[in-house]
Amino acid sequence: MLSYAIRRILGAVPTLFIIVTLTFFMMRLAPGGPFDSARRLPPEIEHNIKAAYNLDKPVYQQYLIYLDDLAHFDLGPSFKNKDFSVSQLIATGLPVSAEIGISAMIIAILLGTGLGTLAALKQNKASDYGVMSLAMAGITIPTFVTAPVLTLIFGVYGLNLFGYEITLPVGGWNGGAFHNIILPVTVLALPQIAIISRLVRGSMIEVLHSNYVRTARAKGLPNHLVVWRHALRAALLPLVSYLGPAVAGVLTGSLVVEQIFGLPGIGRYFVQGALNRDYTLVMGVVIAYATLVIVMNLVADLLYAVLDPRVRFD
Amino acid sequence: MVTPFSGGKAELIEQAQEVQGRSLWVDARRRLFRNKAAMASIVLLGAIALMAILAPLLSAYSFDAQDYNVVSCSPDWWPDSTVICNAGGTHWFGTDYLGRDLFVRVLYGARVSLTVGLVATLVSLLIGVAYGAVAGFLGGRIDEFMMRFVDVLYSLPFIFFVIILMVIFHRSLFLLFIAIGAVEWLTMARIVRGQTLSIKQKEFIEAARAAGVGTFSIIRRHVIPNVVGPVIVYVTLTIPSVILAESFLSFLGLGVQEPLTSWGVLISDGANQLETAPWMLVFPAVFMAITLFCFNFIGDGLRDALDPKDR
Repeated sequence: MLSYAIRRILGAVPTLFIIVTLTFFMMRLAPGGPFDSARRLPPEIEHNIKAAYNLDKPVYQQYLIYLDDLAHFDLGPSFKNKDFSVSQLIATGLPVSAEIGISAMIIAILLGTGLGTLAALKQNKASDYGVMSLAMAGITIPTFVTAPVLTLIFGVYGLNLFGYEITLPVGGWNGGAFHNIILPVTVLALPQIAIISRLVRGSMIEVLHSNYVRTARAKGLPNHLVVWRHALRAALLPLVSYLGPAVAGVLTGSLVVEQIFGLPGIGRYFVQGALNRDYTLVMGVVIAYATLVIVMNLVADLLYAVLDPRVRFD
Repeated sequence: MVTPFSGGKAELIEQAQEVQGRSLWVDARRRLFRNKAAMASIVLLGAIALMAILAPLLSAYSFDAQDYNVVSCSPDWWPDSTVICNAGGTHWFGTDYLGRDLFVRVLYGARVSLTVGLVATLVSLLIGVAYGAVAGFLGGRIDEFMMRFVDVLYSLPFIFFVIILMVIFHRSLFLLFIAIGAVEWLTMARIVRGQTLSIKQKEFIEAARAAGVGTFSIIRRHVIPNVVGPVIVYVTLTIPSVILAESFLSFLGLGVQEPLTSWGVLISDGANQLETAPWMLVFPAVFMAITLFCFNFIGDGLRDALDPKDR
């Protein structure tokens, strides 16, 4: 398994290389550059700035320089955020994005598995239909609708619950205070809860009809033990292979969530960077995201082997 | 009902046709018709599509006409409304912050969103089916290389590609089709490849080969028509995800440009005015949610109808 993991990590290098190359040339194809502005700079100054960032060289040379820097784990300076290197920007944004992303994933996995299992156990009963309609709603209602609606309910009007007025902050990071991350994490987790509960319900129903579960039942095991010890492990396999896409989904969602709630994560850098032609910043964020997804896919594959003894790596 | 052979050729043909009458497709259609959720969705979706097509006829207002006498006013039946449009109540969904009629704008948004959904899905369909069929049918090294490329693209959150594309080549409706279509074909290619791999082994392909039909003619005439079932199911599920992707881009300010609108733009505007004019969010959001619901139900229904396992 170790050799398999090493092989996969090595296999990720060409994948990243292709992604870097694609993104690099796509960004350079874009009309306009990072230092174009309505007020034209004097030509000498413009020349000096371009020279400082190697932008006066032919594109293929810029590409080679970038690759060389990248090989030394240097993502270069940000073109627009003066005095900051891309690594610094990512280092300040990543903890924020990671905190809300990971919290959302954990909540989604726990709640999604629970709801999916419940629906599967009560197949075609009221609670099944209830959970599944909620899940359908969670999938069809996009993040950028749930975010403002929840903001309005919990942030602006405030919810009166058992005599306690609950009002949550509608934006800002505030050093990652618990109050501030409740809404963004909820918004980010909702679609994932929906998808995961559908996934788990489907696989759980299939597993519950399998022979070994029938055997466990025939032995006289109580229902909760059958589910907990025998069925759940097999039913979670599809969830494990969904981890990679789930991370991608959370990352995409975080673009919106970070914008709506004004969080200083790296999702905002990406959109701003792309609009400002901040080449290096966009490249840095794409590389960070792609690495994350690749690593998550690898973790999923390895977890798969742990959960399913039939899987062998050679 | 097969009766023993008795007499003329015409009768034999008639019998053959009778047997053909219960093909996969007829069977599937019958099962689909029996699925209430799917049928209701088809009707509802048809109604929304019809309203979108007839939008200019359904409202007295133009989608981009601004009337500063009725800025951000609610429909007159709105509960706890402060600014009611006018006594006539002709602004059924109220107006937006520029005094434009929201009803007609939601319908124009439907035009853009549905068109993007259909066209971008068509683009992804063409690329995905061609790519998957070629990879699956040729097999070997070529297949491995082609699918490896798909894997690479898979490992990038696709929306980032679309955002970069949209930024690079100025925003336009046409580009939106291509950009979304160009990233949505990956799953399609995988599905088609899988189907092709199993179809490749069938006798009729061998027969076509023996008859001297060329590789690409086989792919076009024999392989592609046989992968239609799973592809249709996936298409109905791709359309809503494309509509979502478009509205997502519009929300980030990278979609269609004013005064043209889409559900994503309307929702984005509505989210900004949520406190003062909640109807601006409610109507486009409800329309979009209903549409997405419908496509999902139709997709599920088609899958149940076409899945031979379930027979």
